[in-house]
Amino acid sequence: MNVAIIMFFACALLAVAGAVLLILAREPIHSALALVLVMMALAVLYLLLGAPFIAAVQIIVYAGAIMVLFVFVIMLLNAGVEERTDFSKIAKFGGVPLGFLLLLEIAHWLYHSPVGTAIANGAGSSNEAADTAQLSEMLFRQYLFPFEATSILILIAILGALVLARKEQ
Amino acid sequence: MGFISQHPVLVAAVVKIAVLLFIVMTALAYLTWLERKVIAHIQSRWGPYNVGAHGLLQPLADGLKFLFKEDVTPPTADRFIYTLAPFLALSLGLTTIALIPFGPPSVLFPNGQQIFSVVDLNIGLLFLFAITSMGVYGVALAGWSSNSKYALLGGLRSSAQMISYEVSLTISVVGVVLLAGTLNFNELIGGIPHGSTGQTGYWLHFIPKWNVIPQFVGFLCYLTAAIAETNRVPFDLPEAETELVAGFHTEYSAFKFAMFFMAEYANMITVSCLATILFLGGWLSPFPASWTWQNYLPGAGLLLLAVYCAWNTVSEMRGIARLQLGVVTLLAGGGGLICLYPPIAAGIQGPFWFTAKILAILFFYIWMRATLPRFRYDQLMSFGWKLLLPVSLANLVITAFVIVWPLLRKG
Repeated sequence: MNVAIIMFFACALLAVAGAVLLILAREPIHSALALVLVMMALAVLYLLLGAPFIAAVQIIVYAGAIMVLFVFVIMLLNAGVEERTDFSKIAKFGGVPLGFLLLLEIAHWLYHSPVGTAIANGAGSSNEAADTAQLSEMLFRQYLFPFEATSILILIAILGALVLARKEQ
Repeated sequence: MGFISQHPVLVAAVVKIAVLLFIVMTALAYLTWLERKVIAHIQSRWGPYNVGAHGLLQPLADGLKFLFKEDVTPPTADRFIYTLAPFLALSLGLTTIALIPFGPPSVLFPNGQQIFSVVDLNIGLLFLFAITSMGVYGVALAGWSSNSKYALLGGLRSSAQMISYEVSLTISVVGVVLLAGTLNFNELIGGIPHGSTGQTGYWLHFIPKWNVIPQFVGFLCYLTAAIAETNRVPFDLPEAETELVAGFHTEYSAFKFAMFFMAEYANMITVSCLATILFLGGWLSPFPASWTWQNYLPGAGLLLLAVYCAWNTVSEMRGIARLQLGVVTLLAGGGGLICLYPPIAAGIQGPFWFTAKILAILFFYIWMRATLPRFRYDQLMSFGWKLLLPVSLANLVITAFVIVWPLLRKG
């Protein structure tokens, strides 16, 4: 079997397992670590798609910066173990089957849509995003406005957090 | 033989990783010896002296002691994370070294593989930052999982410090990347085929064109942030023993403690390698290539060491230490003679200069530790955010302007 396919399934499995663990873990730190696992698995998937730059940035930004801050805050607040409640009846009999139905539907759609076949034929693994210089050209020429708009969005979010966190005078 | 000829890349990579791991582990061990010796001499002491000649077997004795000590896990600790943390710290610390090119890419194995670097990535610098940015987890998780207030406070301090200084560290490096226009380590040193010449060439025919001269401010920022990032004096707040016992690794014992210890030294080596590559010309020699006598420097240095050791063996040492130093003498003398053989002398030029530069930076590290007192915590934070970050940002902006200005004037 192809090494890339083995790597894909291993990392996909890790990502899904991490996501499930993130919800099921009762200790907040364990949840955060499970999310780091998801990020790392996604980074490897990007590598398999031939986008090493995106993979490195994924690790630096998500696993190395954002999740470190999450862990830091959880440690700082010394958040305790979560209480486990029983499923409500609606969640048990309505939510869980509906969730599975949605999953099946997405899988079915991907399997039959042109996008799914294109991905299966290796459309994503083109070398378009491989070169850092080309990527920056696209980011700072073609998509300059959306890129700058996003940074303003993040600035607004920071200001919002500051306003919320400020002590009342 | 069939397997080797079918998978040249794989086999070469495994061999290189094995050799590099051996060298790095030995270097880690003897870095502790060097540190204790240098600090001792700065403070007018002898340092380790009794285990082997000049204490040369001390790292081995320490390693054995760590192996045979009882491994205690606090009963209230989170067992899985408590065990995971030291492994994470050490493996991340060692992985980064695989990205470092220790010599020019032109020196090849017979099968066309580079000898002096395990991998030659196009985005090597980014990848290195990706791995080092994960390094905080080892410290933070160790502090949290020990379930002890000293460890938790140490872990919190340490992660706050590492997050803060990582910003300046990354920004101080971007100036160099702007000058070179690449993220590949070999190209950062030797230049890209059609474009910048990297750090090769000379000003006035004798001053090497290393980035440390145009990027001097960036170099200072990088060095400061790097010392803080590796939690060394004067930024060793995480293990301020007068306040926090031993910081995040208070509860760790035996080999898990040794792993944190080794991770710290591995990080020191990585950071020194990066400083060498980015600012000090990597494996380039400081002398013009026409000065051929420099090829014989490594051999001559080793022979001088052999002469010193021989004199020391005869005049100073007694008993078993005399035997050990005799072996060292023979090794240094034999190595020196081999290094004088012209093809080998030319081949090891790259690693020789690279190692010399790394050793100089490591010596500076140790010198700082013996000289400077520790920062107070609020001083550390205000220094990082209010001085280091603005200075490295200004350096970046000015560098960018200097590069773009000629392009703008041309229109």
